[in-house]
Amino acid sequence: MLRGVLGKTFRLVGYTIQYGCIAHCAFEYVGGVVMCSGPSMEPTIQNSDIVFAENLSRHFYGIQRGDIVIAKSPSDPKSNICKRVIGLEGDKMLTNSSSNFFKSHSYVPMGHVWLEGDNLQNSTDSRYYGPIPYGLIRGRIFFKIWPLSDFGFLRDSPNSHRFSDD
Amino acid sequence: MAQSQGWVKRYFKAFCKGFFVAVPVAVTFLDQVACVARVEGASMQPSLNPDGSRSSDVVLLNHWEVRNFKVHRGDIVSLVSPKNPGQKIIKRVIALEGDIIKTMGHKNRYVKVPRGHIWVEGDHHGHSFDSNSFGPVSLGLLHAHATHILWPPERWRRLESVLPPERLPVQTEDK
Repeated sequence: MLRGVLGKTFRLVGYTIQYGCIAHCAFEYVGGVVMCSGPSMEPTIQNSDIVFAENLSRHFYGIQRGDIVIAKSPSDPKSNICKRVIGLEGDKMLTNSSSNFFKSHSYVPMGHVWLEGDNLQNSTDSRYYGPIPYGLIRGRIFFKIWPLSDFGFLRDSPNSHRFSDD
Repeated sequence: MAQSQGWVKRYFKAFCKGFFVAVPVAVTFLDQVACVARVEGASMQPSLNPDGSRSSDVVLLNHWEVRNFKVHRGDIVSLVSPKNPGQKIIKRVIALEGDIIKTMGHKNRYVKVPRGHIWVEGDHHGHSFDSNSFGPVSLGLLHAHATHILWPPERWRRLESVLPPERLPVQTEDK
């Protein structure tokens, strides 16, 4: 009787650990479903949209300009941010809005990326805290699942003039 | 013939089952709990690699301790290099967020470490690529806390969390 209960408990614990580990590997190395909140990526991603993120291109260094990525916030490692990659290392970036008369430029240093939200008026991004290290990137968002009316691959950036020319 | 085929099938099945249990469990353990790594380079002399290139130490990296990004001044930690994301660096934590630190060779003489960042330095001043060249690093790049030297056996010891007295922060922000 006791042995049966003990055996059952052990088996349950073992299965929990096993599936927990499989889930960890999947979320860490393959990808998962993420819910985005906040206005910074409108109109590409609205508040509380559900998207699919993949982590493979981070491990193989396949992040390109124009990709939407999830990254750890540089000022708070426990929260994540969702932005578009505007510049890679070595790119010359406009650090203020291009409508300004005085334009200021800076170069993205080695091993860093320049992130900006699509909603330039309402986004805290690299224009505010500077380029962020590549190591903070968690994954790349490429497919929207919810709402169903917008199901499919994500649109290109509405701010294509922000990309560097070279 | 049929019997041998059944045996192969059974063997294959058992192998798959073991494989799909062992690999995820091992990967998760190495990612979340602890792993070992060899230290290369002279940047942490004399705490690590005291003999220079003749021998390299193997350290135990504890991931579980830093799961909430809690580090203390003086801890030896490993981080993802901000300049090269494929590389890990091992340094000593000198200052936490809010501290004001006197730098050595940075572009500013005094630096206030911003929120969510730490200031790391190698013990071998002048031969270390650390916060004095790339500035404060984000806590999100934190990888693990180095707690023990495992190899070579005669150097087996705990890595103590000591802050060099001359590197104390000028002003600390303690809550």
